Amino acid sequence: MNTEILGVILQIVLMVGLSYPLGKYIARVYKGEKTCLDFLKPVERWMYRLSGINPYEEMDWKTFLRALLVVNLFWFVWGMFLLVMQGVLPLNPDNNPGQTVHQAFNTCISFMVNCNLQHYSGESGLTYFTQLFVIMLFQFITAATGMAAMAGVMKALAAKTTKTIGNFYRYLVLSVTRILLPLSLIVGFILILQGTPMGFDGKMKVTTLEGAEQMVSQGPTAAIVAIKQLGTNGGGYFGVNSSHPLENPTYLTNMVECLSILIIPMAMVFAFGFYLRRRKLGYSIYGVMLFAYLTCTAVNVYQEMNGNPRIDEMGIAQAGGSMEGKEVRLGSAATGLWSVATTVTSNGSVNGMHDSMMPLSGMIEMLNMQINTWFGGVGVGWMNYFTFIIIAVFISGLMVGRTPEFLGHKVEAREMKIASIVALLHPIIILVGTALAAYLFVHVPQFVANEGGWLNNPGYHGLSEMLYEYTSSAANNGSGFEGLGDNTWFWNYSCGIVLMLGRFVPIVGQVAIAGILAQKKYIPESAGTLKTDTATFGVMTFLVICIIAALAFFPVHALSTIAEHLSL
Amino acid sequence: MKHNNSVSLFQKEQVQESIRQSFVKLDPRLMVKNPIMFTVEVCTAIMIPVTLYSVFNSQQGSFSYNAGVFVILLFTLLFANFAEAIAEARGKAQADSLRKTREETPARLLVNGKIKTVSSSQLKKDDEFVCEAGDVIPADGEIVEGLASIDESAITGESAPVIREAGGDKSSVTGGTKVLSDRICVRVTTQPGESFLDKMIALVEGASRQKTPNEIALTILLAVFTLVFIIVCITLKPFADYTCTAITIASFISLFVCLIPTTIGGLLSAIGIAGMDRALRANVITKSGKAVETAGDLDTLLLDKTGTITFGNRKATAFYPVESIDKNKFIEYCLLSSVSDDTPEGKSIVELARQNGLKIHRLHTEGSQMVKFTAETKSSGIKLKDGTEIKKGAYDTMRKLSEDAGNLFPEYIMSLVEKITSNGGTPLVVCVNKKVVGVIELQDVIKPGIQERFQRLRKMGVKTVMVTGDNPLTAKYIADKAGVDDFIAEAKPEDKMNYIRREQAEGKLVAMMGDGTNDAPALAQADIGVAMNSGTQAAKEAGNMVDLDNDPTKLIEIVEIGKQLLMTRGTLTTFSIANDVAKYFAIVPALFMVSIPELAALNIMGLHSPESAILSAVIFNAIIIPILIPLALRGVEYKPIGASALLRRNLFIYGLGGIIAPFVGIKLIDLLIGVFF
Repeated sequence: MNTEILGVILQIVLMVGLSYPLGKYIARVYKGEKTCLDFLKPVERWMYRLSGINPYEEMDWKTFLRALLVVNLFWFVWGMFLLVMQGVLPLNPDNNPGQTVHQAFNTCISFMVNCNLQHYSGESGLTYFTQLFVIMLFQFITAATGMAAMAGVMKALAAKTTKTIGNFYRYLVLSVTRILLPLSLIVGFILILQGTPMGFDGKMKVTTLEGAEQMVSQGPTAAIVAIKQLGTNGGGYFGVNSSHPLENPTYLTNMVECLSILIIPMAMVFAFGFYLRRRKLGYSIYGVMLFAYLTCTAVNVYQEMNGNPRIDEMGIAQAGGSMEGKEVRLGSAATGLWSVATTVTSNGSVNGMHDSMMPLSGMIEMLNMQINTWFGGVGVGWMNYFTFIIIAVFISGLMVGRTPEFLGHKVEAREMKIASIVALLHPIIILVGTALAAYLFVHVPQFVANEGGWLNNPGYHGLSEMLYEYTSSAANNGSGFEGLGDNTWFWNYSCGIVLMLGRFVPIVGQVAIAGILAQKKYIPESAGTLKTDTATFGVMTFLVICIIAALAFFPVHALSTIAEHLSL
Repeated sequence: MKHNNSVSLFQKEQVQESIRQSFVKLDPRLMVKNPIMFTVEVCTAIMIPVTLYSVFNSQQGSFSYNAGVFVILLFTLLFANFAEAIAEARGKAQADSLRKTREETPARLLVNGKIKTVSSSQLKKDDEFVCEAGDVIPADGEIVEGLASIDESAITGESAPVIREAGGDKSSVTGGTKVLSDRICVRVTTQPGESFLDKMIALVEGASRQKTPNEIALTILLAVFTLVFIIVCITLKPFADYTCTAITIASFISLFVCLIPTTIGGLLSAIGIAGMDRALRANVITKSGKAVETAGDLDTLLLDKTGTITFGNRKATAFYPVESIDKNKFIEYCLLSSVSDDTPEGKSIVELARQNGLKIHRLHTEGSQMVKFTAETKSSGIKLKDGTEIKKGAYDTMRKLSEDAGNLFPEYIMSLVEKITSNGGTPLVVCVNKKVVGVIELQDVIKPGIQERFQRLRKMGVKTVMVTGDNPLTAKYIADKAGVDDFIAEAKPEDKMNYIRREQAEGKLVAMMGDGTNDAPALAQADIGVAMNSGTQAAKEAGNMVDLDNDPTKLIEIVEIGKQLLMTRGTLTTFSIANDVAKYFAIVPALFMVSIPELAALNIMGLHSPESAILSAVIFNAIIIPILIPLALRGVEYKPIGASALLRRNLFIYGLGGIIAPFVGIKLIDLLIGVFF
């Protein structure tokens, strides 16, 4: 069999295989059961004492959310300050300047919301100091924020009736010390062994084979790349992300990095099943997500390996598939696989340029982010699925003639209101943002010209680029169709707003739904109860997701990716 | 009137009235209550100037195209209004036929001991009136004096007359029923216009119809859907501009109206009304729409054994004499003891004796003295002229009687008593001159077909609980035989109450049926309390439903009606949303085919032209409403096959069907109108 395809299959098998034990472990961590990393307890206690937190104080969902939002606000101020001031701060051997305010706003928000949309290039836009104390710090704590939120939701759903959903700070600390940090160390070491730089020296002067001299950027790369992959962050150390030969030097590092994207989001779904002692429910959710993931992977790998018909017409051989914007050391199949892995999760790192991929691959990538729940971001991906479960439970509950209930709690008007708003906000912010950009582009050309013209590609592909940017922002993904000149006033601010809405409205809504459900009287299961852990209900949820999340994008895809595909 | 479900769904007068109402309901002030159809009305209004504009200028498409869209949208509104109107008309007709029974009748009002004849409509609460044989009872009330046999067939459809008497649990009479014998004095219990029936009519007519919690949640979901599609359509304008495509207002509006869930939006209120109407057709008056919906969620049913599970009358099934006495002699004693016993038990003993060849008239009973049953003695019997005293009664009483007189209680009888009790029977011990002579076995007869009904309830996930005054052994025997899940033996009214509370504490929804005043607290506590129409006023006030048929098994029907109501909403929502897939494939290529010829590949239905495609989609969207009206009125059939299987079935029919049906429908309509456009 084709070794490229073999590589893809191997990676998927590894992801699924590793996520199972990891999920079991994560459930134990949040439950406070004994784990092999309990020797870290003194460190954690020291952190709690230092910050004056009682980790055993139980919070209700409102207090929980308040803690989450306040901490985020603090990080925002912290990040803004450091980014603007980085030019005069230490660890800046290459003397990079501070960021402009609108760029810092975008960067700071985008990292705070675990998106890592980058309207700058790491080599010149940041210093080692901000790489470590804004970028890498945020990559740990924002990933942990999502995981902590999910831990709260799990605690709420596991109880029969409860007012409290655990302690946000404790979940936050545990997510970092017990899950993200140990895994990052493992991945980081593998990367260093494979040649990824890890140090604080400035640019290196290299003499190329042709004899020319070149300055090569380096720095504390391995540390940042590991957490960037594991925490569904995606913000690359270098501008071109994991297609950069120092960020992702070999096929082996590529495998490890690609695995790292999905392993925690996948494990979180298993963890849910273990935590609630409803393994079957965990498996059925996992099954639906995996099905969607595999289908999308099949499309993209096929599209990319098959090459571009326009190039065929020119009489150029494409034995390696469509290689524009791809790395020869990785190949088209691995890039196809990665493109799906990074978009189903809210990771957003790339190992090839999405802008150059086939139009249908681009459509799949965008649909993944528009749906944003096939495994999704660490913690938050599963929580998005939870929203869809609520809607699916409601519709199917009615279909079997019983007031809908999920895990023994009645789903009523208030939860439905929140769930509908959360589920439908996503298409709304994407469409409104893109429509605004398209409107300005057509009707206010001088504004666009002042901003540098935005689009490098006219036509359907240009629309895809704008759509992709907002989709990526709303999904907190952070990858880009890099044909767009996006480091401008308009894009920095508008994407920043979409980023915040796309992050905090769902988290607040989902934690609120779980908190409200948990306060309700527990209803024991009877023969008339609709079981949510069956294949039928899995199919139902899948259909609800497709129709609610994907269908609204049909017209705009028809005008961008589909039109482009049909005109090839 | 009992089961007139077979009557055709559309009757001529109802249809005529509904058509008129369809136009009346176009009033935006009424329309705004239904957010989805209101947006359609706004779109229709926008189409009026657009259509007029197109007479002079073809920039917004041809006149015929614009006029076509306008007319179809108008029909979409009318169809939705018609659905609601016909549901109301049917409910009203049902209520009217009940109300007819209480038209103006003369009432003999009792004023200071004198009788004054007034019209029934003048009766107020707490007035007292008199009815004699042949009178129609003018208003709902409670008998304060007297006893009468009453023909309730006007309400219940049951021709056998019933006895109603002052005091106790059978004191309630309903307006419109007829007194067949005797004279009663009745106190009016409701204000004019506030009887249950009046409340029900108001519910059906919509005046006091409140949305149920599920309806509210569904409306929110549908409203948010509508909002998303507003955004989808508005944002399409800049995208179209970007690709240099001109889209007419009519096309935008068509896309929007097709995408929003008009099918369920148009039928939602009709479904709710039809649910209450179905309850009314089952002769159940509900006090709110919510009660019907709650019925579908019930977890536990409390059913009285007597009258529900068994016929209620224990019947003698066997005579067991002691060894020392001849069987025929024993039967004779039994018969003698029951000569003037007109309780059902007593009559059944006479009946059984006759089957054994003994008849009353052959006995010499002149000069004998009857001993009536009282609660203290717990026995009844006869004292013959010769001084022989025959008594029959409960085991413990008779044992005491014989042992007090110094007679031994035979072991053999002891074992018989135990055997009968463990078989669910009731032993009646017979004593002659305080000496035990034998036992009569009484058995409660379980109603035929009741096991199947409980089986069905179990499949629905409803637990059945039998409430009985019997001892635990008897109760268990009957419970097992009838197939109920649990029982409360030796039940006192507070036991029912405690059981309900306990179930509710576990989060279960409980229903019970009752008629007596001492049932009232439990009826009020239960999530669904069904009071019998024959029950006391207190019971009727406490419950949230009244069953006109006094049929204790009615709860089962009510559960199914509730489930049907929810299911109809759920399936039609699914159908409505699933339709969007095909509508997208009809309209989106039609919008862009001219400016982007490549997108013709998306026209997978091969529709004739952009205009015909859009019109076909809008027409389909409109006519699917009247097509589904019968389903909305009748309700989706409920099958107790388990929730997952039911979901699979409905997902297959209404989900998959909802995706496929419009592809076929739109294509067919396109073939027709493709001739013109």
